[in-house]
Amino acid sequence: MNVGLPHFLTISAMLFALGLFAVMSRRNAIGILMGVELMLNAANINFVAFSRYVQHGIDGQIMAAFVIVLAAAEAAVALAIVLAMFRNFGTVHADTVQSLKR
Amino acid sequence: MTSDLVFILLALLTIVPAVWVVFSPNIVHAGFALLFTLFGVAGLYAYMGADFIAVTQTMVYVGGILVLVLFTVMMTRVPLGKRANYGLDRFVPAGVLSLAVFGLLYKTITSVDWGAGHTEALPTVAEIGTNFMTNYIFPFEYISLVLLATMIGAAILIREQKDMEDEPENGDTEVQS
Repeated sequence: MNVGLPHFLTISAMLFALGLFAVMSRRNAIGILMGVELMLNAANINFVAFSRYVQHGIDGQIMAAFVIVLAAAEAAVALAIVLAMFRNFGTVHADTVQSLKR
Repeated sequence: MTSDLVFILLALLTIVPAVWVVFSPNIVHAGFALLFTLFGVAGLYAYMGADFIAVTQTMVYVGGILVLVLFTVMMTRVPLGKRANYGLDRFVPAGVLSLAVFGLLYKTITSVDWGAGHTEALPTVAEIGTNFMTNYIFPFEYISLVLLATMIGAAILIREQKDMEDEPENGDTEVQS
């Protein structure tokens, strides 16, 4: 077996499908956030794999670094929202919170 | 041969805990499984010769985001139990859509000729640093603004809201009287 681009793309597709499943099936908002993280990681694997095997350059890895930073920012804001939600509604289940205001 | 074995081990380290992240009824277990998945992804980066991204992944995801997630799980005191965190009625549409997306992606991956060649893996840290300061200077500065805005926004979102609550109540009483 010669490990190449398709192997990494397949792993990335698996991670993306799993993340999509988590986003759609989880009721817990933190679980949904974990699914989003899986999908972002899948996209990052694609960036690095294409940067390594197709394009001769470093641009894909720089884009992956930016994605990691944005994922950190997204996680911080999303978890702050979850905490505010828990304080105001007493639950973290995304389907029971239906109003913007208490 | 050894390289293939390493790749298979890294792939298993990535995918198997990811399945556990998705299907575990206990959100704490899901969070700890996410730890192994993120380490596996960092290992895949290292396998591809992206040393800087691998270290960044370990520091930011495992050291930062995961700790944040686990703290939030503990602070929100989610009631344990299978039905509480899970919508079993959503398994069918979620599974159908996920499998469809994976099938489409896999068909694309296997049918398209990507023109992939075997390039040499070089040390990347110096080149990434040079690019951040030259070609990518605007995104680099802009993302620091994004992080600042995120920090302020998160602090505002979770602050104590006692003062804000008093005002609408006073307003209501005035309208009623």
